[in-house]
Amino acid sequence: MSTTAAEPTSRSGEPPQTGAGGSTRAGATTRGGGAVAWLDDRLGLGGAMKKQIRKVFPDHWSFMLGEIALWSFVILLLTGVFLTLWFKPSMNEVTYLGSYPNLRGVTMSEAYSSTLHLSFDVRGGLLMRQMHHWAANLFLASMTIHMLRVFFTGAFRKPRELNWIVGLALLQLGIVEGFAGYSLPDDLLSGVGLRIASGLMLSIPVVGSYISFFVFGGQFPGDIFISRLYTVHVLLVPGILLGLVAAHMLLLVYHKHTQWPGPGRTNNNVVGYPLMPVYMAKAGGFFFIVFGVTGLMSALMQINPIWMYGPYDPSKVSAGSQPDWYMGWLDGGLRIMPNWEIHAWGFTLSLNVFVPGVLLMGLLFTVLGAYPFVERWITGDNREHHLLERPRNQPTRTAFGVSGMAAYAMLWIAGGNDIIATTFHMSIEAIIWAMRIAVIVVPVLAFIVTRRWCISLQRHDRELVLHGYETGVIVRSPTGAYSEIHAPLTTERAFTLTAHERQTPLELAAAEDENGVPAPGRSKQGVRARLSQFWYGDSVEKPTVEELDEAAHHSHANGLAGSNGHHLGIETSGHVGGEDYSLQNSGKGR
Amino acid sequence: MNDDRRDGAPDQVVAPTGTEATHDDSLLLAGHDEPIADPGIAEHEYRPTDVDPALERRAERQIAGMFALAGVLALAFCVAYFSFSPAPDGQSLQGYGLSNLTLGLTLGLSLLLIGIGAIQWAKKLMTDHEIVEFRHTGASTQADRDEAVAAFTVGAAESGFGRRTLVRNTMLGSMAMLGLPAIVLLRDLGPLPGDALEHTVWRKGVRVVNDVSGVPIKPSEVQLGQLINAEPSLFFEERNADGSVTPAQYEGTELQVEKLKAAVIVVRMQPDDITAAPERKDWGVEGILCYSKICTHVGCPISLWEQQTHQLLCPCHQSTFDLANNGKVLFGPAARPMPQLHLGVDSEGYLIAMSDFEEPVGPSFWERG
Amino acid sequence: MKFLSTRRRHPLAGLLVVLLGLVLAGTLYSAFRPAAASDTTSDTALVAAGRQLFVVGCATCHGLNGEGVLTKSSTNYGPSLIGVGAASVDFQVGTGRMPLAQPDRQALPKEPSYTEEEISQLAAYVASLGPGPAVPSAAETDVSGATTQDIVNGGDFFKTNCTACHNYAAAGGALPYGGYAPSLMGTSARHIIEAMVTGPGQMPVFDDAVITPDEKRNIVAYITSLKNQTRYGGSDLGSKGPVTEGLWGWLGGIGALVGAAVWIGNQGVRAGKKRT
Repeated sequence: MSTTAAEPTSRSGEPPQTGAGGSTRAGATTRGGGAVAWLDDRLGLGGAMKKQIRKVFPDHWSFMLGEIALWSFVILLLTGVFLTLWFKPSMNEVTYLGSYPNLRGVTMSEAYSSTLHLSFDVRGGLLMRQMHHWAANLFLASMTIHMLRVFFTGAFRKPRELNWIVGLALLQLGIVEGFAGYSLPDDLLSGVGLRIASGLMLSIPVVGSYISFFVFGGQFPGDIFISRLYTVHVLLVPGILLGLVAAHMLLLVYHKHTQWPGPGRTNNNVVGYPLMPVYMAKAGGFFFIVFGVTGLMSALMQINPIWMYGPYDPSKVSAGSQPDWYMGWLDGGLRIMPNWEIHAWGFTLSLNVFVPGVLLMGLLFTVLGAYPFVERWITGDNREHHLLERPRNQPTRTAFGVSGMAAYAMLWIAGGNDIIATTFHMSIEAIIWAMRIAVIVVPVLAFIVTRRWCISLQRHDRELVLHGYETGVIVRSPTGAYSEIHAPLTTERAFTLTAHERQTPLELAAAEDENGVPAPGRSKQGVRARLSQFWYGDSVEKPTVEELDEAAHHSHANGLAGSNGHHLGIETSGHVGGEDYSLQNSGKGR
Repeated sequence: MNDDRRDGAPDQVVAPTGTEATHDDSLLLAGHDEPIADPGIAEHEYRPTDVDPALERRAERQIAGMFALAGVLALAFCVAYFSFSPAPDGQSLQGYGLSNLTLGLTLGLSLLLIGIGAIQWAKKLMTDHEIVEFRHTGASTQADRDEAVAAFTVGAAESGFGRRTLVRNTMLGSMAMLGLPAIVLLRDLGPLPGDALEHTVWRKGVRVVNDVSGVPIKPSEVQLGQLINAEPSLFFEERNADGSVTPAQYEGTELQVEKLKAAVIVVRMQPDDITAAPERKDWGVEGILCYSKICTHVGCPISLWEQQTHQLLCPCHQSTFDLANNGKVLFGPAARPMPQLHLGVDSEGYLIAMSDFEEPVGPSFWERG
Repeated sequence: MKFLSTRRRHPLAGLLVVLLGLVLAGTLYSAFRPAAASDTTSDTALVAAGRQLFVVGCATCHGLNGEGVLTKSSTNYGPSLIGVGAASVDFQVGTGRMPLAQPDRQALPKEPSYTEEEISQLAAYVASLGPGPAVPSAAETDVSGATTQDIVNGGDFFKTNCTACHNYAAAGGALPYGGYAPSLMGTSARHIIEAMVTGPGQMPVFDDAVITPDEKRNIVAYITSLKNQTRYGGSDLGSKGPVTEGLWGWLGGIGALVGAAVWIGNQGVRAGKKRT
């Protein structure tokens, strides 16, 4: 440990690096130079900067998924601004006279015509359009996997619940923004998408047709919707997104990033690399990588070839009319929903449309938004958490998450059923029926399987800690018995495997007092205790000190313990390298 | 195992300049029965580039090379910009449009190289000593909290918000009233639906004409198994019997709106195959039937007709209708049959509508009934 | 003609010319054949040869005289061919759909079992059974002279009548109960027109009275233009729409970026020795 301890000295012994980086007392006369002093005299940011410039971020690949979303958002802003320079958000009818021959002379909206112009008459226009569209797909995809990472590692727990909510708002607005962008070119595909959206609005009880008429300025498609949508797409939603992204980042800085447990990594510190320079380079470099990948995708893979679809015409449709991927699960919901419609007292309630088209999205985000609070209530855990949990150490949460993913996946498959049918020579009807069943059954199975899987992984970890790892070396004892030799883990590894909390279900207060009178408020407490029992009940706990001693004693008694003095399955000192293991028999092999 | 190692080993801290390495032990969650004590941050291991100056120089060259190549590619982008036209008659390579391909490849690779270079720089050349920063609970101290609440209470008391109820209530009331203008202002977003969704332009005598060309249809021209995507003649110029021309009666937005409701398909099947409802016995002409093209689910136009099974499939959500049986739903999420148009033949022998649809076409809505 | 003239330096132009030449030769050949076939009474030799083939290869299902073998219980028998015309035979046999490999299922295109000459003989025989649509003439299928206006007009008809099943890029789509509308990318002009006229399988008929031969040729011209179209924005990913785009976005885009994240996040190689 002496090497790292010596480090600050050697670093501070180096000459000052750069003016700005070296001086944290900007404004003082000694260091920092004129520019820094000038700025700090006016902004007084030195106090804040001194902490943030060397702010520590922990290193792990999964912490960078949200960054993909951030950088795709930046790419969306950059390419989007380029597109606005040519796009005309107008539904005025024009006759196309541009250079794409197959539509020359066709009557179309100005929006569609200007998108064609952008694609074929503006150099780099098609590239920017495709980058914008690919970046949108990546934006939503990376937000989704980032959210899954946060969920499965428990990073949403106190004090980060609000940031979880902000993130959900970002995801929802991202979906709205994406759908708006998909709809703007006014090609056949986007027109059909909007037609479906208007159908969803119509299904809303009581006010559906009013909403649709107000949104579209009359009967669909009307002549004003594209310009309204444009304002939503380039001003309203991006503005809110920007604000929320800023809030998301500020909260991240304020809370400091979570980290994985490990040697020296505790709930009250964060171990990693400094923002300046390492994370500036890594995050900045990642921006260029995301940008570059988007550019390469747009060079090589065509996305939304609007010139093939032609202008929107209410009497035309193409096979394989689908929304972009992030709406696919909703479309799948529309496809597999049974055709239930209620007609009563002269009114119509289209459950077949309203439930999947309107309620499903609300349901998903309600469940996600409530989750941190529900989990906190069940576990009764009101402490701050800055250490992440391995998914296996929260079997019920992980199972719940995988179950949700399974439901989403089934809806997703249903949303692409026609493409799946033609690609794999299956019947649409068979897929729909399979998905109608699967959307109920698979999540339940996924829950059970994931939970048991996590628990067995926990058990495996416990075995590892207690008895070391299997070496594959079989020895024969003097009495003729064979057993496999287990070698101890490094202390670091063993510590990491046990650096999570023991989980104890909430105890129910005494059910009845001594006179047999039920305690007040017991039914709610009872539910909570039962849920808590269910939540933690089957978890396999890490070994206690006594169990470790017991295991060590056990292996000792077998007479095969190592000779270097320690008797645990873990090394307690010194031997960090790989060669210095002593072989031990855990007694497990018999 | 001494205690301060468990707490994050303060002797290892490379604290950011100016940050005092204080602890907030209240955040520590580890209990006293931890089986294995925290060994503290592992000893730093150096990278090859830290210990071998030759490797360090090589990494430096590598990274600089990437940056330089990125610069060259940026120039190549400019060359490509001016060399290739994005127009359909521009150059192509193996069937790929050269403009998009070259612009995308040069830009993408250039950006990618800058990104990879920067990260290599961070990974290979920048210091990689882990440093420790301490966390503090996000909450304010109880004293701060009390002070904030006290300040607020004083402010509230001085405002008289709680005391002067008349002032307060009228103010709140007026603000609530201001919500009305905000809502009322939105009234003109669009007209009220009225009965607009319940009617189409079809009426008795309107000819059923072929979409795109506007050619009227004679029953004798419709073959068994034929599908015609059709529209009302009102959308097209009409040549009258006396040679005069009636101009199209709808155009622009109005045409789009009406087309959305009035689009139909005409199909012909064996009269024996048709099981018409009693009141629809005479709605067809010699096995020629006409149905709305707008799906009753969420309104996609459907013309995916199978001539042998007489099934009509919606490509959007796969609702399937039986056109031989009054447009009944066979499968999928649609709840209502496809509305049928009563067909007839006019004096010149062309197919005409005998009335508007008897029910609203397209998706369901609340007041549809 | 600008459309074609500007493409004459296209790398594939030479190949295309050769292909067009071959297609033209084929269509010219067929142009003479239906003329002969429609004149059924005079060209008895052709009909006789066709009958020979028919009795051997087709009569089992379609009946000795093409009257069809219709039973209610089994689909193992073919429909009557009286009045289906030469176009139907040319399409069904010419695309390999007939003879049917698996009854009870949608006829799948495959390598034709008969030569062009045999197909023309069969077509002549079936045409002699009753009047029906003839094989389209070379003029009706020749799209080499199509103007931009023709192609645009064909595109309008295509999107109104064809895309619902065959998709916007003529890449095909799904039908109920396992059926599918095939891709038209590999289908010849003659076969496309024959399909429209005769309505094979579940495909509806698009009669000449409603979509005129000129309009049909325009549709073919549009499809041909799609076939030859430059891929302006890169690979079309199968032209299946947003589903495949989403798939590639996840597998390619997110896959690559998560890979990059793993690379950025990992510790890298360690020297295993101290700095000197």
